[in-house]
Amino acid sequence: MSLEKKDVQRAALLARIEITETEANETFEQLGKVFDLIEQMKIINTDDIAPMAHAQDISTRLRDDVVTEKDRHEEFQEVAPATERGLYLVPKVIE
Amino acid sequence: MEWEIVIGIETHAQLSTESKIFSGASTNFGADPNVNACEVDIALPGVLPVLNKKAVEKAIQFGIATGARVNRQSIFARKNYFYPDLPKGYQISQFENPVVEGGEIKISVDGEEKIIRLTRAHLEEDAGKSLHEDFVGMSGIDLNRAGTPLLEIVSEPDMRSAREAVEYARHLHTLVQWIGVCDGNMQEGNFRCDANVSVRKKGEKEFGTRREIKNLNSFRFLQQAIEFEAQWQIEQIEDGHKIIQATVLFDPDSGETRLMRTKEDAHDYRYFPDPDLLPLNIDEKWFTSVEQAMPELPLAKIERYVKDLGLSAIDAQSMVASKGISDFFESAISQIPESETRKISKLVANWINGDLAAALNKEQVELVDSPVTAKMIGDLAQRIADNTLSSKLAKQVFEGLWNGSGSVDEMIEKEGLKQLSDSSELETFADQVIAANPQQAEDFRGGKEKALNALVGQMMKLTKGKANPAQVNEILRKKLA
Amino acid sequence: MFDKSLKELASSLASKDFSSFELTQAYLDRAKELNTSINAFVTIDEEQSLAQARSADQKIAQGNIQALTGIPIAHKDIWCAKGWMTTCGSKMLQNFKAPYNAHIIDRFNTAGSIIQGKTNMDEFAMGSSNETSFFGHVKNPWDSSRVPGGSSGGSAAAVAARMTPAATGTDTGGSIRQPAALCGISGLKPTYGLVSRYGMIAFASSLDQGGPMARSAEDLAILTEVMVDYDMRDSTSLKRDPVNYSANLETSIAGIKIGLPKEYFSDEVSPDVQKAVASAIGEYKKLGAEIVDVSLPTSPLSVAAYYVIAPAEASSNLSRFDGVRYGHRAKEYKDLNEMYAKTRAEGFGAEVKRRILIGTYVLSHGYYDAYYIKAQKIRRLISQDFAQAFEKCDLILSPTAPGTAFGIGEKASDPVQMYLSDIFTIAANLAGLPAMSIPCGLDDANLPIGLQLIGNYFDEARMLNAAHMYQKATDWHLKQAPLK
Repeated sequence: MSLEKKDVQRAALLARIEITETEANETFEQLGKVFDLIEQMKIINTDDIAPMAHAQDISTRLRDDVVTEKDRHEEFQEVAPATERGLYLVPKVIE
Repeated sequence: MEWEIVIGIETHAQLSTESKIFSGASTNFGADPNVNACEVDIALPGVLPVLNKKAVEKAIQFGIATGARVNRQSIFARKNYFYPDLPKGYQISQFENPVVEGGEIKISVDGEEKIIRLTRAHLEEDAGKSLHEDFVGMSGIDLNRAGTPLLEIVSEPDMRSAREAVEYARHLHTLVQWIGVCDGNMQEGNFRCDANVSVRKKGEKEFGTRREIKNLNSFRFLQQAIEFEAQWQIEQIEDGHKIIQATVLFDPDSGETRLMRTKEDAHDYRYFPDPDLLPLNIDEKWFTSVEQAMPELPLAKIERYVKDLGLSAIDAQSMVASKGISDFFESAISQIPESETRKISKLVANWINGDLAAALNKEQVELVDSPVTAKMIGDLAQRIADNTLSSKLAKQVFEGLWNGSGSVDEMIEKEGLKQLSDSSELETFADQVIAANPQQAEDFRGGKEKALNALVGQMMKLTKGKANPAQVNEILRKKLA
Repeated sequence: MFDKSLKELASSLASKDFSSFELTQAYLDRAKELNTSINAFVTIDEEQSLAQARSADQKIAQGNIQALTGIPIAHKDIWCAKGWMTTCGSKMLQNFKAPYNAHIIDRFNTAGSIIQGKTNMDEFAMGSSNETSFFGHVKNPWDSSRVPGGSSGGSAAAVAARMTPAATGTDTGGSIRQPAALCGISGLKPTYGLVSRYGMIAFASSLDQGGPMARSAEDLAILTEVMVDYDMRDSTSLKRDPVNYSANLETSIAGIKIGLPKEYFSDEVSPDVQKAVASAIGEYKKLGAEIVDVSLPTSPLSVAAYYVIAPAEASSNLSRFDGVRYGHRAKEYKDLNEMYAKTRAEGFGAEVKRRILIGTYVLSHGYYDAYYIKAQKIRRLISQDFAQAFEKCDLILSPTAPGTAFGIGEKASDPVQMYLSDIFTIAANLAGLPAMSIPCGLDDANLPIGLQLIGNYFDEARMLNAAHMYQKATDWHLKQAPLK
């Protein structure tokens, strides 16, 4: 699976990162090298191997259904770029 | 050309837990903006999710109640997309290994039973809300709802009409409330349905292209939307157009569905197992304890009512229309000595279905707030069954109960409503009536059955309604024989 | 004062040779002075640090003294500390004051230590040279024209230059061990799951692990005890019986089997490094260890697998940086999508963007099996390799990095070359195994060489023991950076 320029543009769109044509070209070159590295994985046959997501074979922790958090929205919104009446403001969302 | 409509429904049921699925913030409705959005919910850098045990238990209960397979191991996956009400830029959901698979809901439309199969049900978190009205060119984001536990229930495309779809949604709605998994409050958005609709020519094996109608939060809208969409699709195809897969919204004002501006990356969510969460393992001990804690399900109750209480199938069905009703019914029955229950249960059911339902409806009162309690209905039924009250006077007593005039026995005493069933007294009245109505007596003796009614009516008037009509009937017949 | 170990500092504080306030002030002064050239710190906040020092002095006066009471510790700027700027080396969080403490910060606060400042790092922990930081690169105290390694370059340089007694770092593909090696200090990455990730700004969730960086294994042991703690807010945190990592440092290591993976002793390793590591092996033999040959056949693919898994997880973890609730937001945009796109283009540096794009691509429809799943399968093979190797030995030994500190700018334009600096460290992250780096020599240019030890799961104590015994027999860890 070799990387194409349009793949870079598409990834940038999915990741919501604006890149210029120049940047796309540069990135494409560098990513090409990274993908050559990644392609090495093909050398080895892994048909009978199960993917490993975690080192330890344990199950997820469960929390009791109790409310433990208090209202700290004012504190949290001190670091927010734009708020009004307790709401986070963003450019209008069009459905 | 005969067309067939094919419908599948996806329901998002908000699980009735105290706290969120992955954080300890409160799920209570109606709080001021962002008051219930803790650091995990607003996705501050460095925060992590921890799974709510109760949310899992509710999913397990749903699986048991629908006869589904509860997967002993399931995986949480990230569904990646950008939207301001989705703080992490991904939703924690389940993809390839959901907690519940299969299952079914039995519906009946016009007396005909049908099984709607379920594909799966999985756990996920809800997103926040965007508010548009008060801001010019901006939207306000409230993350209180972000992280609320949802069970996404997906049906197979087994429904073939809008009515079937509505029946399915209703049954599902009743069931999730019944087992205590969701409070079913559609105004608050706790039970939301998306309908996938496609059409095909009758007999065709392949499904047509479907369009998804999102966020229908009433059964009426569900029906209208599906009917419009199906009709629209048929017309499109008949005009030679192809149906393109899309997401649409229903506009209740116009009664039409319209194309929604789709979220741009709607087709590539880049699902992968969430590395912050480990696999969810449900061991036998946990499963069994959840199973044992489940309330008796409607079908089991119907069986029991028919077998042990002698109710007809139809009556039994009506007594499990909701958990509230069946709780009320069982509470009323519990007052009655066991030897009598078979005799009286039908009476109880009739009163609940009849006069009580009518009164509640008329006065817009919920069953839980009914001034006539289950005990009162039980008492009332007993007094009718033991002939203390005639059915006519029972209605009077019911009025009194509704208006808070006291208990059943208190009223019977106070107003002297005790049914007249003393045979000698009745015979005296009967003689009076026959003497006063010779023509009707003659007619009846001559074979006119209907003539008896007038005489019975006279007796009831004479006895001020206190006579037992069946007894009156018997006595008159004997005398006129 | 600046050469004392943690134990010695604790002792001096207890006998009131100096107060915590004096100690902290002294380090702050030195740090501020050297920071103009080394740039190890992003944030120094004297007021907050000295306030903590005063409380510590009160505790000490009351006789309430623990191993770290009153001792300043520097923290990699990836840990959220309430009231402190927490930038993660990025413009995106340039002005982000964390409203809560990471679990380890709480642990350090409870232990009575002082937050001496937040150290510089590669942006969002992505890098091996500390050249991608928005706040400028960090200079290696051994040679200011060279990199300190990364991503915990600031912490490594700060410890090496005696700007702080000890520091915390995080290690996803070698980010504690490699800078420790390049700066001539000791660093430890614990078993995955032992140190809580709550409050650590996430890079690659299944690989990230926080750990200590200090001048000796003895110091690392003290810090490890504070950092290792079950945290119920982190679902990947492991509940284990507490271990006293300092208790058995002096145990003889005679009879211990040390495995040398042949794949880690290839031609890629520079001659100087090979020599120093060979010498270290000799020391271990003298200490009574038995040297065994082992093989980790899949490890040559570890970099490839890592550069699928880590960017994939990162691309998702970094989606929350969208200008809505905190962090940088673009000034001009015409609609929501443009706000996102410009905010993220402006807020992220080039390497971060690259990795997000790689990650987005490998997770996308049609490529998921070929890349992400494939990489996870290779991960399992790598773990199996280690499991087999540990049947034959107790500890694995190798060079930490193939070379010594390289020049600033030397590898910055070739990402793959940069990635290969982690060729020996990555496998331990993929398997979740504990690993550490300790100094074992200097090359011809007087640059530090690091020795890597990899232990079996939860075997930190044995690893520290082996490291400590080596440090008792040698003095590489005591060599001072010339600060040139």
